[in-house]
Order: sequence, then C-alpha cells, then structure tokens
Amino acid sequence: MTETSAFSACPACNAAPLAASVARANSGGGETVLSLPNIHCAGCIRGVEGALLEVPGVKGARVNLSRKRVSIDAGPVEPEALVEVLAEAGYEAQVLDAAMVAAADTDAAGRQLLLRIAVAGFAMMNVMLFSVAVWSGASQATQHMFHWIAAGIAVPALFFSAQVFVTSAWGAVKHGRLNMDVPISLAIILATGLSVYETAAGGERVYFDAALSLTFFLLAGRYLDHRTRMAARSASQELSALESPRAVRVTDGAREHVNVADLAVGDEVLVSAGMRIPVDGTVIKGASDIDRALLTGESLAVAVAEGDALSAGEENISAPLHLRVTAVGEDTTLRRMAAMIETAENARSRYTALADRAAKVYAPVVHLLALVTFIGWIAWDGNIAHALNVAISVLIITCPCALGLAVPAVMTAATGRLFRKGLLVKDATALERLAEVDSVVFDKTGTLTTGRAVVDGAALSDDDMAVLASLADASEHPVSKAIAAALPGGLARVELTDVSEHPGKGVEAIWNGRRVRLGHGSWVGAEGSPAFAVDGQAPVVLPFTETLREGTGEMVARLKGEGVPMSVLSGDSAAATGRVAALLDIDDCAEVTPAEKVAEVERLRETGRKVLMVGDGLNDAAALRAAHASMSPASALDASRTASDIVILGQNLTEIPEAIFTARSARRRVLENFAIAAGYNCIAIPIAVLGHASPLAAAIAMSTSSITVLLNAMRLR
Amino acid sequence: MNVLFILVPVSLFLAGLALWFFLWTLKSNQYDDLDGDAWRILADDDGPRPEEDDRG
Repeated sequence: MTETSAFSACPACNAAPLAASVARANSGGGETVLSLPNIHCAGCIRGVEGALLEVPGVKGARVNLSRKRVSIDAGPVEPEALVEVLAEAGYEAQVLDAAMVAAADTDAAGRQLLLRIAVAGFAMMNVMLFSVAVWSGASQATQHMFHWIAAGIAVPALFFSAQVFVTSAWGAVKHGRLNMDVPISLAIILATGLSVYETAAGGERVYFDAALSLTFFLLAGRYLDHRTRMAARSASQELSALESPRAVRVTDGAREHVNVADLAVGDEVLVSAGMRIPVDGTVIKGASDIDRALLTGESLAVAVAEGDALSAGEENISAPLHLRVTAVGEDTTLRRMAAMIETAENARSRYTALADRAAKVYAPVVHLLALVTFIGWIAWDGNIAHALNVAISVLIITCPCALGLAVPAVMTAATGRLFRKGLLVKDATALERLAEVDSVVFDKTGTLTTGRAVVDGAALSDDDMAVLASLADASEHPVSKAIAAALPGGLARVELTDVSEHPGKGVEAIWNGRRVRLGHGSWVGAEGSPAFAVDGQAPVVLPFTETLREGTGEMVARLKGEGVPMSVLSGDSAAATGRVAALLDIDDCAEVTPAEKVAEVERLRETGRKVLMVGDGLNDAAALRAAHASMSPASALDASRTASDIVILGQNLTEIPEAIFTARSARRRVLENFAIAAGYNCIAIPIAVLGHASPLAAAIAMSTSSITVLLNAMRLR
Repeated sequence: MNVLFILVPVSLFLAGLALWFFLWTLKSNQYDDLDGDAWRILADDDGPRPEEDDRG
C-alpha cells in the first residue's frame, strides 16, 4: 500500500500544485496566442510553425490543432507582424486577447475530473480482482482478508472521487429539489456504508466494486459533458476575442497598436480599409464607405466624410479613416444595444433538458421503490436488518448509471461530428432543441447573402462594364475604389485618355473619342448616386445587387424536401428582400425592425411552431434569443453569436439541414439509451426487490448497461 | 495461500504504477492537443536537435 498511498490518500495535494503550475505555464509573459481558424492537417502545422520560426526574434512556436491556435514565444515582435507573416504563407490568423486565452486554458475542473476518474479506475480494477476471487469461491479467512483490503482501497478512493456527486446532490436537497445526483449519492454512500459494516461483521455481501464502477462510469459521463461544454465555451471566448481587440492609436502623428480597452474618449484612432470600427467616434480625417449590414441589415454601403458619426461594429470598406473617440467599452452603441437584447426572453431558459426531465421522473420512483421494499420486507419477516439490506441493494441496482451516460455520450459524439463539418455547438441543450425544429426563419443580409453588394453585370453591356471598371481603377477616390471592389471579377479593361478627377463630383475620361463619367448623380445627369454615363447613351444609376452565399439554394431545396416551412425577415428594402426570396422561392417580409422580428418569432411560437432562427446582425440578436434554436455565421457580430446556439464556421450554409438531421438522430439515440437503461432496470428491480440481488448481479447490471449505452451512442458516427 | 502475501502487494504495486504513469501524462500536458499530436507523428523530420546533443 505504501507505493500508492502518496496518490490515493491525498490526491488533492497533487492536484493543487498541478493546477498552479498549469496556470503559471499559460500566463507566461511575452507569449502571443493567435487563432488559426482554417488549419486542419500536419502540413498546416509545419507550414505555420516554419513560417513563424523564420521571423527574426521569434524563439518558439507551437501549434495546438485541437484548439486551432498557435502559441508563440515572440519576444519583441508585434502580434500584427506575425499575422501578416502567416497571411503571406497562406494562413488566416487573428490575435487573441491573452487574458481571455488564459482563462479558457486553465481548465482546472477538467483536470480534477480526469484525476478523479483515474483514482476511481485504479481502485475499481483492484477491487474487482478481489471480488472475482471472492465470487469464484474464496471463503472464510481469505474472503475476510480480501474484504478488508478492498475496503482499504475503496473507502479513500470513493471519498475522493465521489465528492462531485455528493456536493451536487447536497446542493439540490438543500433547495428542496431532487436531481439525478441524489439517487447516485445515496446509492454510493449506502453501498459503501453497508459494505464497511458487512466487512467488519464478517458478512458476505460487499458492494465495494459496484460503488466504484458506478463512480467510474458516472465520472466518465461527467467528463464527456464537461469537455463538450469547455470546447464550446473556449471557442465562444475566442470568437469574442476576435472582435477588434486591437486598434491603432495616433498620438502626435505616431502610430501604435493598443488594446481597445486602453482607449479613452478623445483619442485619435486610425481605422484602415477592411477593418471593423472598434469604438464609437466621429470622422476627423478621410472619406470612405461604411458597411452597416450587421447593425441595420442594409445591404448597400453608406458614404461617410468628415464630421459623420460611426458606431463600433460597422466595417470600413474603402479608405483609411481617422476617428475621434466619443465612447468606449460599455458606452458604445453596440454594447448598449447588446444590453437591450439581454432583456429579450430567452428560449434556453424555457427549455428543460431531456436528462433533467428523466431525473424528475426517475429519482422519486427509485426512492419510493426502496421505501416500499423496506416496509414490505418488515411486514413479511420482521427482520429490520435484512429489510434494510434488501432496500439498499434495490437502491444500488437501480442507480442511474446508464442514465448518467445516456445524454453526454451521445452529445459528445454529435457535437464532435458537427464540429468536423464546421458547426460549433455552443449550448449544452442546443442539439436537443434543434432536433425539435419544424420551421426556419432567415435573416437576409449577411446570412442568406454574403452581405456585400456587387454591381449587377446583367444590367449593363459588356463594353460599359469594361469602361466602368477602367474608370473606377483610374480614380483614387474612396467611392471609386469601393465600386472597383464591388465589380464582378474577370472583367476586361479598356484604354482611357485624359482622366480627370472632379472633387466632390466624380471622375471623367475619354474612351474611343467619347466622354465617360462616373460620379455623383446630379453631375452625371442621373436620378441617384453613384451614376455612370457614356456620351450618347442615357446615364444610369449603378445597379447594385447581392450575391447569395454558396450552397444556399441547395440548402433551401433540402429543407423544402423535408417539408420545413421557411421565411426571410429582413430590415432591408422590400425590393432587395423580395428579389432574394423569389430567387429561393420562400416567403419574405421586408423592412422589419428588430422588435418586429422578435414579435414574428413569438407569433410562430404561439401557433405551436418550433422556430430555428438563422441570422447575423445586431438587429437579429433579440430574435435569435427568442427562437427555439438559433444559428449564426462566424462573420456575425459578437452579440448575435452570443445569442445563438450554434455558430457556422464555414462560408456556406449547406450544413444547416445536416445539423438538423444530426440533432434528430442524436435525440433518437438519447431516447434509445433511456429505453436501454430502463430495460435493464425492469429485469434487475424484481430480482432486487425479492432479495436475490448479489454483489455479482449488481456489478454485471451496472457494467453491461453502461457499456451498451456507450456503444449505442457511438453508432451516431 | 501464502502466495497471496506476495501476489497481492505485487498487483497493487503494478496498478499503482499505472496510476502514477497516468498522472504523469496528465501533468506533462499530454492531453492538450490530441488531434495535433496524431498528425505530428507523420512529419518527416524531427526539427533541429537540442544543443546538448550536438556536442557529442
């Protein structure tokens, strides 16, 4: 025993310094962590590490493929420089907030659980050895000695490992509730107590092995559950860290990268083209176009110039802007709107998890059964000791071991499967709720469409498109650059002469002896802006349109094949929404406010529908919360991603039907697992009630039901 | 039955060894990146050797 006592007698002493050293290792100074959302193989690992190690000043780089990130001992090198190095090597990378990463990394609870599993497993294997000897006929002195050794191993191991259940059960009982941990703890405590008594009294029925295997299997279920939650939590923390954690502050002409949290009202900030605006502010220098799609659902970019106010979360498209900060942190428009969303009623809190529903039925039944057995046996033969013994064996046999594994085993398999398909499940009950979904509501801008407007090539002749492209290329004006970026790829260019910029109006040139103009409507002679004209032809307002995300049509067709009704709710204009809806052949409702979106989702709920809401904008966030289940693309705003259950990491929506099917088959497996567990109990309970339950029968029932449930869960793959 | 007095401690010792081994793997962060390590074994080279190896 001396070899093992260092671990089993006081594992907490080993665990505490362990957790501390992990915390030290992860919060180490000078370490940079980058998120690598697209890496997936050995080639990526080598590519990323190789590229980083070639940067002078970088001392070490280690990719973690499971968490899709790289830790870099970067020394004095700025994280932004490393992101550029990786972008050149072909890997998308984002800087993560070190504090958030450290919090997500120190998974002390997970290590504690693993430690408890290890101790329970070790004790179970050894006690099982002695039990087998006893069942195969060891008697008298040998049996007695084996019982004592088993007690010596089992009691401290149980004391350490089973704490998890007892603490949770005590918490429930204190508040007058019954959860699954109450029958579990009762069974473990009573089994241990009874066995210790029997050992001391030299009796024959000792349940140490049953108590330990119970603890071991249930801890395994608990660990799977924990891992699913942790993966989801750390991923959503990383996603929130993506929300422009860094900004470029300009002080007396000098630029420096700072954390957004360090900015103060009155600072000057530079936002380059393509970046999200980090804080609320007023433009003090520059002119550009702003994409407000995420905040309002508008699909067209808005031109801004000096003096215009911008809010955090908008995207700067075309040219660098200098902003004077007017609000930071919790005061930004974005945060205030997010706080408003918090008050929307949450579907998650309305839903009761399958496991809890099972526990609500199961726990009272089991306790009543044991009580009835106890009273019945007293009435039958009047022997209180024997009646107690039988009642305890009923509790042990009916202990919901398989029930504890039924849900987490299936959910681990299902979330793992969805993760490989690029869907991140963020909430523990998300899949159960998704399985019940029978109608889908989509947002338009940024969800069904890519959220970026493009010039509709069909409305102009090929020649005109070529002229337009050349004209936009020739101009340095931000609006021209935005138009150049919004043109479809692969356009031909033509030769232009005498290119001249007219400030505040547009750009003009000569093509084949004809004057061509691109610019403000009044200058070009059209009704709206921006407009385009070729001498001799009627001027046209540039026709903007949106492109659907890849695979959207296929996704809609599959859901239609399943008979799931769909609709589009958009804050955009009726024309733009109607066009997308007609293209996909689904119902639409345009120009809806965020509150109307919630109202529509609530209305569907009241008609008995279980709605899946898919959206990305801040105007969708409240509706995402109110819907029975919700999804948002990874490009969505933090507030929307927080509100939704599942984040779609890829660029297209084809996996939505897949996710619903996986969720449904997971739900079927969970129910099958409940049936299996109940089936074992139906056989075991009569045997136990009649007083024929031996420790051997308890051990067999326990292990076989747990293993059957695990195997059934694995069929999901 | 005297053989038990040798076999029981031996079996306990071996199981204790397994437990210790598991705790060691836990302590040295070997469960942090299961996917990455599975791929890394396929890499052709082991990278530059640590310095003390080069002296030999």
